[in-house]
Amino acid sequence: MADRDHRPALILRHPPRDRALHWLLVIVFLFTATSGFALFHPSLFWLTNLTGGGPWSAILHPFIGLVMAVVFVWFAAPTWRVAQLTPNDIAWLKGIRYVVSGQEERLPEVGQYNAGQKLLYFTLMTCVLLLALTGILFWRRYFAGYFPIGVVRLGALAHAFLAFVVLISVVVHMSAAAWEAGSIRSMIRGTVTPGWAYKHRRAWFREMIRPGAGR
Amino acid sequence: MALQSLDIIRRSATKTPSPAARGPVPAEVAKLIDTSKCIGCKACQVACMEWNDLRDQVGTCDGTYNNPTDLTAQSWTVMRFAEYENPQGDLEWLIRKDGCMHCADPGCLKACPAPGAIVQYANGIVDFHEEHCIGCGYCIAGCPFNIPRISRRDHKAYKCTLCSDRVAVGLEPACVKACPTGAITFGTKERMKVDAEERIADLKSRGFEQAGLYDPIGVGGTHVMYVLHHADQPGLYSGLALNPHISRTVRLWKGVVKPLALGALALAALVGFFNYIVAGPKEVGPEDEEAARKEQEKAHG
Repeated sequence: MADRDHRPALILRHPPRDRALHWLLVIVFLFTATSGFALFHPSLFWLTNLTGGGPWSAILHPFIGLVMAVVFVWFAAPTWRVAQLTPNDIAWLKGIRYVVSGQEERLPEVGQYNAGQKLLYFTLMTCVLLLALTGILFWRRYFAGYFPIGVVRLGALAHAFLAFVVLISVVVHMSAAAWEAGSIRSMIRGTVTPGWAYKHRRAWFREMIRPGAGR
Repeated sequence: MALQSLDIIRRSATKTPSPAARGPVPAEVAKLIDTSKCIGCKACQVACMEWNDLRDQVGTCDGTYNNPTDLTAQSWTVMRFAEYENPQGDLEWLIRKDGCMHCADPGCLKACPAPGAIVQYANGIVDFHEEHCIGCGYCIAGCPFNIPRISRRDHKAYKCTLCSDRVAVGLEPACVKACPTGAITFGTKERMKVDAEERIADLKSRGFEQAGLYDPIGVGGTHVMYVLHHADQPGLYSGLALNPHISRTVRLWKGVVKPLALGALALAALVGFFNYIVAGPKEVGPEDEEAARKEQEKAHG
């Protein structure tokens, strides 16, 4: 099982398709988040300097936002089945304090995705789709004129709230990825060491080492 | 610095104070529109077009005198004609010159995300500075009177300026100048209220018991006021709002939610970062690799 350098063979965690789409998503997210932040609060309007100035930020934000929704669905749709919560996930969530304190042996073994990732998945899926929908309600250039003013106002309020949920989720996502050392590497290079898989995703690790398991 | 009569007291998307050294504060101005004197001649519309160099597209007749039928980026004021059959069975032709009300508490300004695109002068005029406008249309969502319009040509927001350029040099607005019956007058807000009282007393003496001044408190009062024969039913005048105020949704959207949300986000990011710095990451140790190797060997025999 060891290669010529006596290093254990790495396990593929994120195939090239997922890595490419993930980082494409990051790029469009950076644009929509920056321009969105600028319009979200007056004290952040200076961020439009990074996204082409005020008018260009207002023009581009909705288009890039739609691209983000499409890329997100493209990226995440195949994961739908694997992301369903199982009884083990519920038990894991209930014992989340053991995850924080590093006593994972007291919890059910984790499969390909832990329950936190699954919750993130459904939160982002819901929010990103609703962001696109509510954004269209007050997209003044093309659509806002077709909706009654009350709907336009509600759309703007809901859009801000949904964006807040997404941003909080992304902060949690980034913190968790940094905390679980080796995760960020796996999203860049694709692979984890067997020890990483054993420690953090043991059920998935056992699946992967079964003879004849697809790599 | 702006002309003294146009000192800016409030600026959109700006939290720091506006220049405030100069005083005393100039008197608030107001335009008083007496609907009981209006004959619907549209001289005000023409004067507005002429002074502001606006030329709307020639539209179509919709069977009423309303023409253009609505405010546009090129029509900052329009006459709205309503036919009202009063309880005595008589027809009343209620004509209202529609346009920006120049609220003391302007919803457009509060909703605008672009610094300085909407300003409020010390004299009460609310003005759009289109060179700062980003075309997002939030002012439309903020306005309780459905006034701002985004141009299809340049995607900037436009509305009545109360002829701020004329007022700044001591002239009355163009519509006031053109009105042939004196239905539109202009002066300090205080003086306009006194004039309105006189007119209202006159209307009451002639049978309009409910005559009154429209200066709605829900938006802090306005710098365009109406004398109405039926002040108890402003809706008769082509849907003038009974109790206009900035929508609660807009208040929530633009108010407390944003600083709270930003604070929560900053806190979450700081907690995540300092947790990493203080507690460090969960690293995979040699013992994990060893355990993994053993399981792999077992699995493969």
